[in-house]
Amino acid sequence: MRKVYLDHTAGMPVDPQVIEAMKPYFTQLYSNPSSLHSSAQEVRKGFQNARKKVAMLVGAKSEEIFFTSCATESNNWAIRGVASRNRGRGKHIITTAIEHMSVMNVCKYLMKQGYRVSFLPVDNTGLIDLEVLQKELADNTILVSVMYANGEIGTIEPIKEISEVVHSKDTYLHVDMTAAMGQVSADVMKEGIDLLTLSSNDMYGPKGVGALYIKKGTRLDPLIFGGGQERGLRSGTENLPGIAGMGKAAEIAKAEVGREGSRLSKLRDKFINGILETIPHSFLNGHPTRRLPNNVAVRFSFVEGESMLLNLDIAGVAASSGSACTAKTLEPSHVLRAIGLKHEEAHGSLLFTLGKQNDEENVNYVLGLLPDIVKRLRAMSPLTPRELRENV
Amino acid sequence: MYSEKVMDHFRNPRNVGEIKDPDGVGTVGNPVCGDLMTIHIKVKDNTISEIKFKTFGCGAALATSSMITELAKGKSLEDALKITRKDVADNLGGLPPIKMHCSNLAADALHEAVKDYQKKQEENRNG
Repeated sequence: MRKVYLDHTAGMPVDPQVIEAMKPYFTQLYSNPSSLHSSAQEVRKGFQNARKKVAMLVGAKSEEIFFTSCATESNNWAIRGVASRNRGRGKHIITTAIEHMSVMNVCKYLMKQGYRVSFLPVDNTGLIDLEVLQKELADNTILVSVMYANGEIGTIEPIKEISEVVHSKDTYLHVDMTAAMGQVSADVMKEGIDLLTLSSNDMYGPKGVGALYIKKGTRLDPLIFGGGQERGLRSGTENLPGIAGMGKAAEIAKAEVGREGSRLSKLRDKFINGILETIPHSFLNGHPTRRLPNNVAVRFSFVEGESMLLNLDIAGVAASSGSACTAKTLEPSHVLRAIGLKHEEAHGSLLFTLGKQNDEENVNYVLGLLPDIVKRLRAMSPLTPRELRENV
Repeated sequence: MYSEKVMDHFRNPRNVGEIKDPDGVGTVGNPVCGDLMTIHIKVKDNTISEIKFKTFGCGAALATSSMITELAKGKSLEDALKITRKDVADNLGGLPPIKMHCSNLAADALHEAVKDYQKKQEENRNG
């Protein structure tokens, strides 16, 4: 059966070149980079090379990149580390209503520890309001945490403008880059970012490794204590194969982001327009133009997401949904609720995320299937208005 | 995550639609929760002679709706009222635990339809 994978935000394959770059670190280059002997030297070299590649991806200096175990750890570290180190200056944090759970739940934890957290609302395209941000910023605000782009609705936040507002006070800006990895170029200097969460497995790198960019001079406590690796800020034996893989993935991403970004953007627009033109009562979720190149987030009235996903799966297509029925919590996605969708609108959402393996033929295949799937489910739905039932 | 039986009913749902002049109608659920079911029945000699459903919801919601129409067809009203949520799930080879409550509403919809019929009969007798 034909298989079309359109769920790249949930999981990605590792680039074969990345696997090649990792291989020596399992059986040949296994020395501890902290060791004195000469066999550790080559390991150290590869290790520093990977750090440099990751730094170059975002316009940072090597010594500002710290490897972690994943983007979730980087988000936890950035927020908790700044909060605990700077609590003498203030206990107020600002974030947004559409952050990933690895930001949301750290903030909720800090609220229990006596911090005040403001969750900025977003408009119906997913953008935060700079004026509201300005108003929320107080003398005791120590950190603002905003995602570069949202993987569920594709919206790209105006980081440079946000940074200008944040830095009108003595406040740090943390940005979660995860969903945007390898799709758009970020520059920590030009965009004024103090802390940046970087993911490996969102740019065809291995899972189990991530990084945090920490601008020189930024004051934060470690999250993990131990033998003092990563200049005392992130202890634990270095995941050398993972780090080498992330370095290679960053090198490839840096070289390909422009070309691949514009290729995917064209594919994305064809996909979105194809859906909106052929299926009545279909809508785009997120921003029409400030949008991740791989993100096709749509919703359909009168039908439910999981039943659409099952039908797509039967036809060999892998996608996801913001419907509560696919979630462990039975609550519709907080992101879809934050952009003002009603429960029943969120239930009818589908998310397709494109990747390197996808081409126009894949998009045409889904565009050929989707109208019939929606039509069939609408014919079974008591919510479908009569005029649409006879004319679906 | 779903059993083969669930997927069979999901792919080929039985008795989808509405009955023109139904003797009883039952609606349960709420689009806000993600599931809404309507069941129409025709009653002949105290037996469910015809049954149709329409459902907005996930795979489990659609499969349980389809299954209840098979279980109820040809049953006396008394027996139809005895069909439980568990019967529906068992006949489908089980449901994922999280779906047992939220999407397993078909038995309730059937009971509502039977009660609707009985209420109308009562009103006819009294009127």
